[in-house]
Amino acid sequence: MQQVANNHEHGHAHDHEHGHEDHEQLKVLGFWIFLVTDCILFGSLFATYAVLMHSYAGGPTGKELFELPGVIASTFILLTSSFTSGLAILAMNKGKVKELIGWLVVTALLGLSFIGLEISEFTHLVHEGATMSTSAFWSAFFTLVGTHGVHVSVGLFWMVAIMMQLRRRGLTPVTRRKVTTLSLYWHFLDVVWIFLFTVVYLMGVM
Amino acid sequence: MWESLKEFASWFFVTGDPLIYGAMVSIALTMVAIVFVLTKYKKWGWLWREWLTTVDHKRIGIMYLIASLLMLFRGGVDALLMRVQLAFPNLEFLHSDHYNAIFTTHGTIMILFMAMPMMFGLFNMVVPLQLGARDVAYPFLNAVSFWLFMFGAMLFNLSFVIGGSPDAGWLSYPPLSQNDFSPGPGQNFWIWGIQISGIGSLATGINFIVTILKMRAPGMKLMKMPMFSWSVFSSCVMIILAFPILTVTIALLYLDRFAGAHFFTMDGGGNPMMYLNLIWMWGHPEVYIVVVPAFGIFSEVVATFAKKKLFGYTSMVAAVMGIAILSFFTWAHHFFTMGTSANVIAFFAITTMLIAIPTGVKIFNWLFTMYRGKISFKQPMMWTIAFIPCFVVGGATGVMLSVAPADYQYHNSYFLIAHFHQVLIGGVVFGYLAGIYYWWPKLFGFKLDEKLGAWGFWLWNIGFYVCFMPQYALGFMGMTRRYYTYGWDLGWEPLNLVSTVGAFLMGAGFVFQVWQITYSIKHGERDTTGDPWNGRTLEWSIPSPAPFYNFAVVPQVKELDDFWRVKEEKANGTYKEEPVHLEPIHMPKNSGLPFIMSVCWFIAGFGFVWEWTWMAVIGMVGVALVMWARSFQYDTDYYVPVDEVRRTEASLGRVY
Repeated sequence: MQQVANNHEHGHAHDHEHGHEDHEQLKVLGFWIFLVTDCILFGSLFATYAVLMHSYAGGPTGKELFELPGVIASTFILLTSSFTSGLAILAMNKGKVKELIGWLVVTALLGLSFIGLEISEFTHLVHEGATMSTSAFWSAFFTLVGTHGVHVSVGLFWMVAIMMQLRRRGLTPVTRRKVTTLSLYWHFLDVVWIFLFTVVYLMGVM
Repeated sequence: MWESLKEFASWFFVTGDPLIYGAMVSIALTMVAIVFVLTKYKKWGWLWREWLTTVDHKRIGIMYLIASLLMLFRGGVDALLMRVQLAFPNLEFLHSDHYNAIFTTHGTIMILFMAMPMMFGLFNMVVPLQLGARDVAYPFLNAVSFWLFMFGAMLFNLSFVIGGSPDAGWLSYPPLSQNDFSPGPGQNFWIWGIQISGIGSLATGINFIVTILKMRAPGMKLMKMPMFSWSVFSSCVMIILAFPILTVTIALLYLDRFAGAHFFTMDGGGNPMMYLNLIWMWGHPEVYIVVVPAFGIFSEVVATFAKKKLFGYTSMVAAVMGIAILSFFTWAHHFFTMGTSANVIAFFAITTMLIAIPTGVKIFNWLFTMYRGKISFKQPMMWTIAFIPCFVVGGATGVMLSVAPADYQYHNSYFLIAHFHQVLIGGVVFGYLAGIYYWWPKLFGFKLDEKLGAWGFWLWNIGFYVCFMPQYALGFMGMTRRYYTYGWDLGWEPLNLVSTVGAFLMGAGFVFQVWQITYSIKHGERDTTGDPWNGRTLEWSIPSPAPFYNFAVVPQVKELDDFWRVKEEKANGTYKEEPVHLEPIHMPKNSGLPFIMSVCWFIAGFGFVWEWTWMAVIGMVGVALVMWARSFQYDTDYYVPVDEVRRTEASLGRVY
């Protein structure tokens, strides 16, 4: 916005585009700061979990109920989706819209199957008698893992919206920025999951 | 049918108290009056176009200011009710339940719905102008922040007449705030009112960090940035690091209440003390979040009214940023008596004492700025001078509280009450009032009347000491906070009565200020120069009130206090006039989406409060739809043509 008034010698049309690009950069910076806040959000939930991780109150423990094969499968699915979202960015940098949308579709499908697996895991746990109100441990577990799941689901909706916009508008500074922030978000959720997998599941069954 | 309706109403509405019936009637009358006036003068379209959909930071700032003054009124009435109840022993003015609700809403409103919006109002009114920017980094998000605050505050205040007020203290400690001890929707109102407005606060934090980092006028290096903007930066860094903790903490409390979780319960392995840790990890930075911008305001005011450069600018920057870091390492001093190891207590006692160092640095900087200055005692400066001794005493009693062994005596006594009111009123309220008096002409184009202001000033100041000095003594005499009454045998009645008198003096001061504002709208001294105080920073270089695009030409900054430099150079004839070249100005378009989205949040929040899942779902779907719609909106900005800029400037007396 600022820049526009400063570029005295440039032509008007050029100014317009220039201003836009600066503005898009500004939004990426803001998104990084948003991720900082999200990091602290997860940090608080991890801290809560760490405090309550042995408070079973006579109920089932994680060791008794966690089924690692399913969790490992969903871990690989999410890691792969992070990789494919990276491929989407590479396609965008080459200016190939169709390829970009294709990789986003793959990423979204992987994300969807991750959510599917999580839902089936939660249903299984509830059937085994572990719910939000069973003990402090399970409250912390469902809240931490569930918050990550909600984040992934929001990301899926967002991804659909961006794919529609890419189809309609192709690659512009605005759609580029949107794909960039989306992939930042997606990688971030991947990193959170790695901590989650380690702290909740691996340490849980040890 | 009629019977079941009656039953629903008696459960839904708060009944049985004349105060509340009075409030209901006055709310209904105010609403009718607003609707009547808007319809009669055909102002609905104006309201929507000019205010509800605005993304202009100055208008958003004004709306924050109005909302915060209304909240100051409500929080103040709460305070006066409490002081009446405590004026004499064994009074039966308020029931104990009612008293609990009132101290809860007083605390919550004063911090979250008065101090925070007043602070955001000042951010919005001043920061872009000080930086030489045309708006904040994300104007749309800025409007979202405001409306989320507004609807969160409305949801919270609704509890007074619908469902019942929260009554578990301003930070709602469990187990008291759990279902067993606080059934009904009161606590949920507390949770969701704060949750919704808290999301807005978080977004404001991000917004102003990016604004300060990226939107400064060319040439304004960070170390040439005005002190107020630095203090806003410090405050926003604390906001983005602290507010997510609050979001999580109260979400967990809600899960305990709504979903039967066991985070903070006494059974099922829950840990109520974890709540205290979490809430104060947010809560302690929160008090610095509100006070640091006040320090920034004092820095600007002192330099302007002593007509000197701020003494020790660099150390001041270091001090505000240092406080931002230290603030995250002191939280446990709020519950030394909870019982942890001696080492933990020692750590938090020492970090708390350390806070006094940067604060002391600032006090000396202000004093040295005034030293040998030509001080003019205008209203902003009066509040600043009143602040210094008040805050020094408040800070010193804070250091007394930080001495952990002694804290076992002071803890939760009126000594503590007096301490934090002294730093919050003497620091935050005096600071924001100084800021409002200082920047008022920039926003509205006229000064606030000095004579009525002086009445307000002296009533507030005398009232403050009369009200709170006795409370230090009461604390030592064994009176603890949240007592709703006491017996004749304790000997507390003289000091309590004096304290009540002081509270009413402050209330009278507020009345004078309201009178001052209404009087000045018509009779206040008009500001035709744009620089009524002989200011030093960029905001004074443009006309008052500032045009919607702020700067017709983006300034080139060379020094700290750049406008002062320009004025000096003009005075001694060394100023080089640069050829002015107007350009079309890029501006964001107004949007109704922030308002609509916040209405949806309000609906969802109301559903969550009553645990009506269907309603919460409808509200959240609404929120999602609005975000979806916004994502597909590409036509979000426009250019103001040069002709229009020239015409606007000419109408403000500036010819290009």
